[in-house]
Amino acid sequence: MIDLQDIMITEGLVGGILIGVAAAIMLLAAGRIAGISGLFANSIGLVPGSTNRNFAVMFTVSLLAGAWLAEVLTNDVVTRYPDNITLIIGGLLVGFGTRLGSGCTSGHGVCGLSRLSKRSLYATPIFMISAIITVAVINAVGGVQ
Amino acid sequence: MNKENIAAIIAGLFFGAGLALSGMADPVRVRGFLDIFGGNWDPTLMFVMGGAVVVMAVAWIIQRGMIKTWLGTDFSLPSSTTIDRPLIMGSVIFGIGWGVAGLCPGPSLIGLVLEPLKAGIFVISMVAGMFIFKLTKA
Repeated sequence: MIDLQDIMITEGLVGGILIGVAAAIMLLAAGRIAGISGLFANSIGLVPGSTNRNFAVMFTVSLLAGAWLAEVLTNDVVTRYPDNITLIIGGLLVGFGTRLGSGCTSGHGVCGLSRLSKRSLYATPIFMISAIITVAVINAVGGVQ
Repeated sequence: MNKENIAAIIAGLFFGAGLALSGMADPVRVRGFLDIFGGNWDPTLMFVMGGAVVVMAVAWIIQRGMIKTWLGTDFSLPSSTTIDRPLIMGSVIFGIGWGVAGLCPGPSLIGLVLEPLKAGIFVISMVAGMFIFKLTKA
């Protein structure tokens, strides 16, 4: 059964709208896609030939500052992390996969889907289904610690 | 500082605050969304994506009527429509990692200020994955 007490409908919608506003500012003011995997890779110098690294650094640092502000103001940001081996395997796959696939949940999922970008209309269902199957398989063999 | 960098700062602040408030900084909640067969499905992520996509759909409609950005610069947007092997394989691999840890790039980065040690392990591994990709392209 779905535990209705545990679903954060209002928080989810408010957070989602803030994310949408952020992506809209990136698009309409800076003319760019708010794709976090690409901006982060650019900010740490992993995008060869980049001419806008400062821009990417500003975005990435502000991303952390925004989350810090939200935590200070609400004192209600929950984080429940898995064990370290799980984090290492997940991190390697997410880093490699998002670069190979040119985007993640923000670039393909939020910005690309809303643009009806053909590549994002393929990428988003693929990574969603891939993640759903992965979770189902992990749970079937005993779950994450 | 140039105006574009100020736009990046404002967008980053909104994005980080939105992610933190949305519940998506919590890997257990994200895996609860991905666990559609487990009998205790958590749809919160759907509301986050839905809220963001609706706002962005309006932004794309506005963008279609613009020649330059609000700051007077040119748009720098992806134009490819090619469905190729890297796009598909990359998305499959990203999805596996997302399902394994319950973290995608944005939530893992804000984790650096929320739970630095744990998020740090993920982010360092993510950087390593990105670096390996860069090596394969060299």
